[in-house]
Amino acid sequence: MTKGMSGLERLQQAEAAHRPVHRESLLSRFKEGCRRFKAQLPLQGMVLPGIVWLIIFCYVPMYGIIIAFKDFRITEGFFAGPWVGLKHFDAFFSDPFALKAITNTLIISALKLVFGFPAPIIFALLLNEVRSLMFKRVAQTVSYLPFFISWVVMVSLMQTILSLDGPLNSLLMQLGLIHQRISFLAQPELFRAIAVLSDLWKGIGWGSIIYLAAISSIPQDMYESAYMDGANRFQRIIHITIPSIMPTIVILLILSVSGILGSNFEQHFLLGNKMVSETAETIDTYVFRTGIQAGRYSYATAIGLACSIVSFFLLISADRIARLMTKGEKGLF
Amino acid sequence: MFKRSTGDKIFDTFLYTFLILLSLAFLYPFWKVLVMAFNEANDTSLGGALLWPRKFTLQNFKVVLQNHQIYSSYLITISRTVLGTATTVIATALFAYGLSKKKLMFRNFYLTLCFITLFFSGGLIPSVINMRDLGLANNFLVYIVPAMYGVMAMIIMKSFFNSLPASLEESAMIDGANDFVIFFKIVFPSSMPVIATIALMSAVGQWNAWIDAYIFISKESLMPVQLLLQRVIQSSNAASEIVKIVPNDEILSRRVTPYSLQLATLVVAIGPIILIYPFFQRFFVKGFLIGAVKE
Repeated sequence: MTKGMSGLERLQQAEAAHRPVHRESLLSRFKEGCRRFKAQLPLQGMVLPGIVWLIIFCYVPMYGIIIAFKDFRITEGFFAGPWVGLKHFDAFFSDPFALKAITNTLIISALKLVFGFPAPIIFALLLNEVRSLMFKRVAQTVSYLPFFISWVVMVSLMQTILSLDGPLNSLLMQLGLIHQRISFLAQPELFRAIAVLSDLWKGIGWGSIIYLAAISSIPQDMYESAYMDGANRFQRIIHITIPSIMPTIVILLILSVSGILGSNFEQHFLLGNKMVSETAETIDTYVFRTGIQAGRYSYATAIGLACSIVSFFLLISADRIARLMTKGEKGLF
Repeated sequence: MFKRSTGDKIFDTFLYTFLILLSLAFLYPFWKVLVMAFNEANDTSLGGALLWPRKFTLQNFKVVLQNHQIYSSYLITISRTVLGTATTVIATALFAYGLSKKKLMFRNFYLTLCFITLFFSGGLIPSVINMRDLGLANNFLVYIVPAMYGVMAMIIMKSFFNSLPASLEESAMIDGANDFVIFFKIVFPSSMPVIATIALMSAVGQWNAWIDAYIFISKESLMPVQLLLQRVIQSSNAASEIVKIVPNDEILSRRVTPYSLQLATLVVAIGPIILIYPFFQRFFVKGFLIGAVKE
């Protein structure tokens, strides 16, 4: 019967045969869906609690951002309170303390980028030059140690080392570099240096892991042929190792650049006492103090929102620039 | 392999010297705290105990560990670490296992919900208000529930589960075991490397956390050790703060000072982590790299 029919006719017939099924398909597909859902109930039961958690702990706060455009009072919910438009954003840009906090954040982040970013790379390059495996492993393990302690402990250690009668003062006195003991943690002009150095001390070992991993995947024969061609050790580092880990460096640099509006909150909050606050206050600590401690919730949310929007665009533009510079090869997304 | 020139040998000498000095710079602050915590308080205040305790004593630790507040804080720290880590690992692993199954209905929707949170968040203030509204203030659950799931941890686990051979689960499926049984009997035990990584990261995070307690906890019975330390180091007068914890007459009669007690507390707070991290760091490194590659 089907022999004499053209392809088109056959298709039409087939379609017609299926049409009645399609007509009740909505209901039957729904029923079929329910049956499938029931059959995988254990799997859904594993996933759904997580989804509920995400909604409660991630999406409800995202919705709560609307209080940046309202006058929120703690006794009411996110929904209540009158709309006030951009009032809090206007206030933010004319608030001298906020401007100070922005300046401080930018200066500290720039310093951390200039000094803190290359440090793990240099450390990884140095570790890679160590021939004794044992020595390398011990040095590496020791360098991870500060990563595992909290900033609270970190600041306690710093107070011990930097105190008036602490070892650093004694050492500098003995070397004759200073004639009077310095109270390091109470000097606003020293704060930035201390912040950068303590960050570096805490993060250099851990930060080097990713570069060491990148270095270890460089094929050995590249070094061998360079050696044959008479390249010395420094030339091998500069012409083989560094170009090979460039993609990793670029990606981490993009991420760091997008983070320049964020500061290390714990570090600044714990180290920033009243004596040094003129250089220590950053956007993060300012949001915390005005929002959580002074109760200006809407205002602090507005600051947070403004900064995350700027950070998001920084991330995108840093990514674009990296792509342009590497002709589209290296980017985040 | 390579022949070493004189220049190389000089470079090596500098390299090794530099790395040794650097390692000492990492270790010395810890050693200094340890020395002073084991030194007699009155002797420490004379200054100069740099490398070794001059007058060894356990008195500081005796006072610290007998003190009610520090003792209960230590219990809080241990319980939040144990319970928090266990819940995070089990909840996130189940979540990841479910999401690793292609046949899961609404899987793309669920995954999209997860990925969005990597780029956007409500920020500090709305999150704090939300958690307060949920009744987590002055509640032990504030340490556990908000940390229960982690999207990055889920992604790391999911990719590990997907890399397990399918035959592993198939035999159990033929026997008609349900997904929970398959997960706990087969998948979970075969995923120990990734489970260990996530567990250790979560445990270190829990042990070191203090901001959650700083924001949400005012009851002294719920305070972790890190918050106690934070109070001591941030008060303008550390002595007055520690005297609140350890009464003054006790300090006078037991030959300890507020500072020596602070140091002993510090040692108690970081001791466990320092003792175990050299043995477990390879798990951290592995997990850190999986996470980095996925990103």
